[in-house]
Amino acid sequence: MIGQGNNDDRRTPITPQMAMRVAILGGIAFALFGIVFFRLWFLQVLSGDQYLAQASSNRTRSVVIQAPRGEITDRNGTPLVENRRAVDVMVTPSKLPADGPKRHAYLVRLSKILGLSTKPETCSTGPSATADNTPRMDLECRIDRGVFQIPYADVIAATDVSPAVYGYLAERADEFPGVSSEQVYLRSYPEKTVGAQLFGTVGQISGPELKQSHYRGVKGGTLVGQSGLEYSYDQYLRGVNGAQRIQVGADGRATGAQTTVQPKAGNDLRLSISAPLEAEGQRALATGIQLAQGNGNPADAGAFVALDPRNGQVLGMGSAPSFDPNTLPKLTTKQYDAEFPRTNETPSLNRALDGLYPVGSTFKVVTAAAAMAAGKITPSTIYDDSGTWRNGPQVRHNSGHAAYGPTDMLNAFRYSVDTYFYQLGQDLNVDPTTHPNGGALQSWARRFGFGSPVPIDVPQQSTSDGIVPSPAWRNNRNREQIACDADLARSQRDPHYKRHFRGVCAYSDGRTWSLGDNVSLAVGQGDFLATPLQMAVAYSAIENGGTIVKPHVGLQVTDSSGGILSTVPNGTVRRLDIPNLSAIQQGLHAAASEQGGTSADVWRGFPSKYQVYGKTGTAQHGLEQPDQAWYVCYIPDPVRPIVIAVTIERGGFGAQSAAPVARLIASQWFGVKKVVRAGSSDTL
Amino acid sequence: MSATPIQRSVDDATRGGRPRLLFDPWLLLAAAGLVACSAITLKGATRTLVPNSPYYFVERQVGFAVVGVVLMFLIARFDYSRLREFKYGLYGLLIGLNVLVLGFGAVSHGSRRWIPLPFFNLQPSEFGKVLLVLVLSAFVVDRSRYLGDRDTTARVMLLTLAAAALVMVQPDLGTALVYVAIAMAVLFVAGSPGRHLGGLIGLFSVATVLVLVVAPALGVHPLHQYQVDRLTGFIHPSHDPASSSYHINQSLIAIGSGEKTGRGVSHATQTGLRFLPEQRTDFIFAAVGETYGFAGAAVVLSLYALLIWRTLRIITLAKNLFGALIAGGILAMLLWQVFVNVGMTIGIMPITGVPLPLMSYGGASVFTTFLALGLLQSIHVQGRIAQGSKGRALVLS
Repeated sequence: MIGQGNNDDRRTPITPQMAMRVAILGGIAFALFGIVFFRLWFLQVLSGDQYLAQASSNRTRSVVIQAPRGEITDRNGTPLVENRRAVDVMVTPSKLPADGPKRHAYLVRLSKILGLSTKPETCSTGPSATADNTPRMDLECRIDRGVFQIPYADVIAATDVSPAVYGYLAERADEFPGVSSEQVYLRSYPEKTVGAQLFGTVGQISGPELKQSHYRGVKGGTLVGQSGLEYSYDQYLRGVNGAQRIQVGADGRATGAQTTVQPKAGNDLRLSISAPLEAEGQRALATGIQLAQGNGNPADAGAFVALDPRNGQVLGMGSAPSFDPNTLPKLTTKQYDAEFPRTNETPSLNRALDGLYPVGSTFKVVTAAAAMAAGKITPSTIYDDSGTWRNGPQVRHNSGHAAYGPTDMLNAFRYSVDTYFYQLGQDLNVDPTTHPNGGALQSWARRFGFGSPVPIDVPQQSTSDGIVPSPAWRNNRNREQIACDADLARSQRDPHYKRHFRGVCAYSDGRTWSLGDNVSLAVGQGDFLATPLQMAVAYSAIENGGTIVKPHVGLQVTDSSGGILSTVPNGTVRRLDIPNLSAIQQGLHAAASEQGGTSADVWRGFPSKYQVYGKTGTAQHGLEQPDQAWYVCYIPDPVRPIVIAVTIERGGFGAQSAAPVARLIASQWFGVKKVVRAGSSDTL
Repeated sequence: MSATPIQRSVDDATRGGRPRLLFDPWLLLAAAGLVACSAITLKGATRTLVPNSPYYFVERQVGFAVVGVVLMFLIARFDYSRLREFKYGLYGLLIGLNVLVLGFGAVSHGSRRWIPLPFFNLQPSEFGKVLLVLVLSAFVVDRSRYLGDRDTTARVMLLTLAAAALVMVQPDLGTALVYVAIAMAVLFVAGSPGRHLGGLIGLFSVATVLVLVVAPALGVHPLHQYQVDRLTGFIHPSHDPASSSYHINQSLIAIGSGEKTGRGVSHATQTGLRFLPEQRTDFIFAAVGETYGFAGAAVVLSLYALLIWRTLRIITLAKNLFGALIAGGILAMLLWQVFVNVGMTIGIMPITGVPLPLMSYGGASVFTTFLALGLLQSIHVQGRIAQGSKGRALVLS
């Protein structure tokens, strides 16, 4: 086994040559080991610090953890706005390939994965003066707009991305530089379109917003409320984002986490809104619009407000058309722009707050109050109605040329006798030169809350104070018209002047104040404009004996465990002393309950336990324009009184489209069987 | 070292009884030390790799080593000199296995290097290193009288390059270069004329320039782009951190951040968070450097130095030229692999897929190394016996 006898084996004693070769091999080995040791010494001992720093920066990444916003519930705790977890795909613009075909190809690929359109569309990246409006595809538009709004911030490329899509991106992280995903909370609206405008929208804070005091202390990238209640209660709802330092592996995926700051969830907001009432109101509006359309009116929009007249708590507030805010995050830029144009008013406009309309006969309560307060009439003063009111060349008729004969206040309200109120308008007119702000009619209108913004806890548009026309107002409009005409003329001469020009001149027809203005105002026509909320506040004062309430939608701010952090106080704007208020109340009651009352047939069959006080309104917009339908009423229940204001745009007669909506809402509130009963009254 | 066991063994041998294994204990010690270092490093680097079995790779590596040690002792009991007779068969095996792998091999990382077997993956190119050492040694011994002939050198290189070419198409450039190193060492130890060896070195230099510079300029690409990138990447490591030089950068950061005494297993983020690529195989030395610092790296290098020193000594102890050539070939194989692999991790050599003997995880590499160590032990044993039988005691240590 041990082969010693192999003859071919020659004994090779160590020759000097062999020893030399071994020595050379040893020398080479020694040199190689020397090189390695020297290099290791250099790397580890001499440059170790530098590599240690590199290793540290290699492994941690700071990530913002979004704080969930507080939830919004109705007065009984039913959730109206909740959160749900979703994944956003973010793009860091600075890590994308530089502008050029490479970047475009990259974004096209990313768009296809994210399901975004790659068709170039017009895209407005910012204010029109600075914007680059060349067509580009959706993702490029988002990125450019994001860079314009907040430079250096990540841009949300797609929100609510499916697990399959972000899984695909995560596996190919190296192929998608600058793309990351983020766990976010999206708002979820279980009632979908109900109250969408009231609750408002949330979004990443924009550059200009960062500078506003309303958002003081908010960091870039935070989700903030941008409209509606989300805006006004943002400081309570928004919470504080956390920060996390994440250890990441070479593939960029988290391998361990060390949270440094936990996010602090936002506080919850409880509203005075009743969810069933809110939902019923939205449905009833649709019913009212259908009724109006059935009568041949091109109705397409409307609004309702329900108030607790004792304290101004808003029980319901809705606007049609509405939208489903659940779909907002998924809309492409173009779809979003189409849905929510910055200038147009549909459907994001909260018509209950911001819809300015002539109010027609519903205004008559103010006229009656002003006339009695000014001592022009008493409730029993008789006006002999011939069906026509005349003053010199001016002639006005009752609706349908009806003649009611001798009419007291009760019947004036019951039948909505226009001539009665035209006469009051005439009686209350004052000399425009001595009374530039008008007489009792104007001052009482203002005292009821018209012509100034309603102090409510929901953001309103700047125009939502409405208009109480007076001689001074008219003169002011005339001056604006003259100035505007001058601007227009100058801009036509001088092309450089154009950018100062304010647009089309439609301030006034140049008339000065006349009797006709006051007569029109007496029936809620002419230049008078008000919102449904203002009407609800005015009728609350009729119900509660003269208190102009401060309406509010928020009730309480609670922490996550339900502890009350703050309560929104009830408030009063002012108290009115309305002489013979009960006469107005009786008139409203007669209109809604007695034979021939304008809305009596609407409420037929409604339980007598609940006495309804209501006024129809049919406001003319002008020649050839369908009328604005109104109904404002209250039901003075000792436990749960309610004021309801309903309007239907281009809805025709108030009794035929708006009043049935109010009945549906009242039925929901009192738990009464819902009956749709359209009135037959064709009074204004 | 103690001379006692040798003395006793010599006595046994001279008594005509069955001789004990007259192995070199320092060689075994160095191998055992490296296996231990490998196990410790793998324990830290792979503890989170396989869910619920943190010692998966450690257990397997130690298992390979145990089998390898048994293999080594078995081989040490045989007289290596017999293997000369099988040189054609061995060469046939070398070529055959490497052809086989091209047909049946499993693809991994774009290469076809392994034949999957139940316990481990047979990697013919690894096993082939030892086969080539034996074949070339046997061939050179046969032609030892004609070493001065250019013909001899040419034939040796032909045998080598035929095998290396098969390895290169797998593609496994690193191992192919080991083959060439082995051939050069065998020729050198045998005493080939300096001008032949110098000529060969010149030839390889010209070939390298042709492959890397001239051919691409003419539109011919003999190497894959990744091979070119790796070969040249170490020259400018920060050129493109995310691609070809990524390995080098991460390896440098790992080793550098280890500093003098290392960052410890739990803080070795380059290794633990897998920034370091191939950390249990080709880049295991970087894991050592990061986790245990200069101290740990020095221990491992010292063990290799011990291994190399004992191998050099075995060249001088060999009872015949065949033994000396085998030992010389193995010396080249080990030294080349250690230098190329460690050099790669510290950024002074290009990236080639050469495993670090006994440290890198993998059965093929461990078995091959122990096979080689078995041959060295056999040479040592036979040398001792030869000394004993001739009544001569050449004590070098």
